[in-house]
Amino acid sequence: MLRILHDTKFDFIGAWKVTTFVTLLFILPGLLWIGVSGYKYSIEFTGGTLMQVRFAKAPNVADVRSTLDQAGIKGAEITQFGTDLDYLVRAQDPRSVAQQTRGAESVATEIQAALTKRFGASAYTVQRTESVGPKVGGELRQKAFYAVLISFLATLAYLAWRFEWRFGVAAVVATAHDILATLAFIKYANLEISLVVVGGILTMIGYSLNDTIIIFDRVRENLRKRQKVTLYDTLNRSVNETLPRSVLTHATVFATLLALAILGGEVLRPFALVMLFGVVTGTFSSIYVAPPLLLWIEKRWPRTASDTGSANRSRTAAPRAPAPRATMSR
Amino acid sequence: MNANIRNRLLIILVLVVASVWALWPRTVTVRERDPKTGVFKDTTRTRVPLKRGLDLQGGMYLALEVDDTKGVVQNKSEAIDRALKVVRNRIDEFGVSEPVVQKVGADRIVVELPGIDDRARAEALVQNSAFLQFQITDKTQALEKALGRLDAAVKQSGGATLATAKTDTGRSASPLNLFSAADSGKAKKDSTGNDTSTAVATGGPFSKLIQPGQMPGQYLVAKNDVPTVQSYLDRKEVQAALPPGKAVHWGSEDLSAGNASYATLYVVDARPIITGEYLTDAKPGSDPTEGNLVSFTLNNEGGRRFRTETGKHIGDYMAIVLDDRVMGAPPVIQSAIGTRGQITMRGADLQKTQDLALVLRAGALPVPLKVVESRTIGSSLGSDSIRDGMHAGIAGVALVILIMIFYYRFSGTLAVAALLLYLLFTLALLAGLEATVTLPGLAGLVLSIGIALDANVLIFERIREEMVHGKTVRASIDEGFKHAMSAIIDSNVTTVLTALVLFEVGTGPVKGFAVTLMAGIAASMVSSIFVVRTFFLLWLNRTRGAQTLSI
Repeated sequence: MLRILHDTKFDFIGAWKVTTFVTLLFILPGLLWIGVSGYKYSIEFTGGTLMQVRFAKAPNVADVRSTLDQAGIKGAEITQFGTDLDYLVRAQDPRSVAQQTRGAESVATEIQAALTKRFGASAYTVQRTESVGPKVGGELRQKAFYAVLISFLATLAYLAWRFEWRFGVAAVVATAHDILATLAFIKYANLEISLVVVGGILTMIGYSLNDTIIIFDRVRENLRKRQKVTLYDTLNRSVNETLPRSVLTHATVFATLLALAILGGEVLRPFALVMLFGVVTGTFSSIYVAPPLLLWIEKRWPRTASDTGSANRSRTAAPRAPAPRATMSR
Repeated sequence: MNANIRNRLLIILVLVVASVWALWPRTVTVRERDPKTGVFKDTTRTRVPLKRGLDLQGGMYLALEVDDTKGVVQNKSEAIDRALKVVRNRIDEFGVSEPVVQKVGADRIVVELPGIDDRARAEALVQNSAFLQFQITDKTQALEKALGRLDAAVKQSGGATLATAKTDTGRSASPLNLFSAADSGKAKKDSTGNDTSTAVATGGPFSKLIQPGQMPGQYLVAKNDVPTVQSYLDRKEVQAALPPGKAVHWGSEDLSAGNASYATLYVVDARPIITGEYLTDAKPGSDPTEGNLVSFTLNNEGGRRFRTETGKHIGDYMAIVLDDRVMGAPPVIQSAIGTRGQITMRGADLQKTQDLALVLRAGALPVPLKVVESRTIGSSLGSDSIRDGMHAGIAGVALVILIMIFYYRFSGTLAVAALLLYLLFTLALLAGLEATVTLPGLAGLVLSIGIALDANVLIFERIREEMVHGKTVRASIDEGFKHAMSAIIDSNVTTVLTALVLFEVGTGPVKGFAVTLMAGIAASMVSSIFVVRTFFLLWLNRTRGAQTLSI
């Protein structure tokens, strides 16, 4: 039997001061940066026009830019996309968005006309266009915000039903931590907020919550089995016991995501990157955020005999030992 | 082998058979555009019944709304219903297979056109406002007289290149074959003499595809021949050879005779007796003696014109033409009609009655539309995406298989075997649900492989722990499955919750992601738990209760 990390006895919980410092060091500057300069949003959210063009032979980018400038499509952003034949033209500034209230397609038509006039119709092919009017963009922004909120609330409701409230609160805070960390990551990685990225965030929420739930499931079981042990030791023991599973699962998911990020193409890459980070932060928070937090909550609001019953769900008739008193230091 | 294992194997067998059946390649008729000529034609293809999203097969997505910059529109929801009728009518003329035209929310129309990435044509869809006209169907057999010219024009302009061999043989064997000797003889008598070729026009490339219908000016074209006939009609030479003063329109309704289904083609007087601008309203209704009917009102000027025109055409058929398409069967004019008219539906159901009223209203009160969102994806980009997705999927699966077999050895191999069933089940579920596979959907599939294996990892780790605690192999396996269940269910429920939210919020591609994720979770509950458990039971049975397990 090949075993890794079998029967380990790492003191995960004891490291909470260091890990809290590390995660705050990652999150806070990121949030600050977001506060200062905000995010880049995709066409879907801002409205505007995006056109992916493949040229027959590599064009002079400055030439393309001046062609579009002369055609009056000012502020169009031109970026290489994959090979040196493929370019993305983006007209996302407020002026071109405002123009689209009359019809989302107008800017796309202008771009195409300008390119044809300068390079000829056979010199390029339009691979993809996206034209989004301002109204649709606004609606989608709102929908995406509600999506994150609703899935957060839905998981919250599930946790409240599944676990005793102390566990629930700890898991929710851990998930909130993951969302914040991911938002910071998106800013650091200079990713654009698109619907695919929002999808990545939502999937990440579910995934990171899994991890916390699996550890808490073990904590609950161990609390039931060994009632004389302190919560501190129970938590550490549970994290250690679930460690092989965590490593294996994360390895398999990480492998598939890595394949997606490297081979899956430009469209899926942001999603894969967000999820890759989600795996890291989800693992981190389920070990270093949720359990220490549970410990802290137990210290502030110690459980009574009736609480223990509902937490354990098994209502044995046998007399119990007094509930473990949690302490932050041994 | 005990009964329990036999039943389990039987269930797995049934699931596999059902899945394979759901995914078995089917022969479907697809209408595709010839890349060279740009003409649509029907071809039969055998393919796996999985629907690809626009981002994978290329195509166009449009969201349309009422354009209120061109004047205030009362009751937008009703206006959108009228516009929907018009847009659907025009989309039919595109001839794409499986177009989606639907109302979303109260005031938006969503159009999806697979295989089309021509923005200019799409704009035409919305820029022209609906045009309704009443035209009298031709009763002078003008088309019959022109058939010779038309055949010649077809030959001259490149011949019958587009007619597929298959439909050709089908046609010549048809007993319904068109203008029989008697018909062409009559045509000869009627002919003015300027065009002597009329009489022999029976086997030409154009005339052989067309046969007379049930009323003057109506002709039938076998459904398979519609793209061919349309391509002929699009040619300049053929258009020049059409009878002067007449217009040719396709009908919106098909007729069937026996097993064959025919599209209708109408030849009508080019000059309309009245147009939509004179109409003020139309309502569906019913009458105890006449059955379902549509009553319409014209304004005063329209009423005057209509009375004169209908007075001249009593007994003739009046085609109701919306944007060059004859809607429904043309009714016969029974008496002169003024400002108020009725069209009795002769036994047609309520749906058709409401439809016709909607057509009339759409023509009376055209709805200006604008594009609020448009996306086009070239088909080459779509196939690139499929290729990338496949590469990523294969690489991901290969890595995962390596990890599982390396770490769990024999048990890992069982999990991998179950994983293949998992992929089969998931794809079958997607085919069964008629879900659309999109690019993010492919990502969801790859990701859900990780989730499927997580269940096995949880179970295997649990079995290991039980074995370390000194239980027998059989007991460890039982306990391992039992204790891992709650964690597996918890983690799947949270994933399904987020997938549901995504499904609600997302647009096409992201919806595809949510659906694949959910299908994957459902399939993994079967493959990772039930199938792997069965494998273990089978193994225990074969080895008569092995003492050691490679895990």
